[in-house]
Amino acid sequence: MVWMLRLTLPLAGFWLVLSGHYTFLLLSLGALTLVIVTWIAWRTDTVDRAGVALHLSPRLPLYLLWLAKEVFLASVAVSRQVWSLRPALRPAVDLTPVGDMSELSQVIYANSITLTPGTLSLTVDDNGVEVHSLKASDIGELQAGEMHGRVRRLEVR
Amino acid sequence: MSASLVAELVSGVLLAAGGLFVISGGVGLLRFPDFYTRIHAVGITDSAGAGLILLGLLFHTTSWDTAVRLVLILLFMVLTGPTATHALAQAARRDGVHVWREGERRR
Repeated sequence: MVWMLRLTLPLAGFWLVLSGHYTFLLLSLGALTLVIVTWIAWRTDTVDRAGVALHLSPRLPLYLLWLAKEVFLASVAVSRQVWSLRPALRPAVDLTPVGDMSELSQVIYANSITLTPGTLSLTVDDNGVEVHSLKASDIGELQAGEMHGRVRRLEVR
Repeated sequence: MSASLVAELVSGVLLAAGGLFVISGGVGLLRFPDFYTRIHAVGITDSAGAGLILLGLLFHTTSWDTAVRLVLILLFMVLTGPTATHALAQAARRDGVHVWREGERRR
């Protein structure tokens, strides 16, 4: 029953923040939605893993700022390709290692790669992330490991 | 008065830049040669475009509850966008969609 509270309380808070209309009709509709969502979560048995995201590192905001900078720079680079008369695209596919990252870090790493325009994670497993990129040097940069190191340092011990 | 003028200006610049990135993503979607490269193009719309527009709206708003909601939307876009993109890309990879290489005809 603890899992139920850990799921429903944040969801209820989230719904209240997003709604902003506190009339009887809307509140009861919100409660009904909550019941249905909880029932679905129980039926699909996805509840255990739902709590993982709560163990977040205090360094996360700093990482997000760094990532935002990277995303912006990459967006400018890809936009220039879009508008150039003859886009110089040399797509490459290669593996960038994940080392001994935890599963959550692998997810953050692969999603950060995808979020950055110009690099796209195709498959993820313990060997590494298979990356498709618009130019080979982008994968080289990933293999050099700055993003990997920053994600690694997010892990809470 | 002047502080709100500065906020308006910053907001306008951010919204315009965001709009430019959204259009770039759309044009890239049409111009790039294959499935994977097109995903890269749409990535600009998704990340820089949507991010800058939301940031611009953040400078535009004066009420706290709207600001909180905008930040939440930004957070959820950052979480769901790449997940959906990765699901598409992995499905294409598993299905054996050909990776376009330099010099090939566009498909």
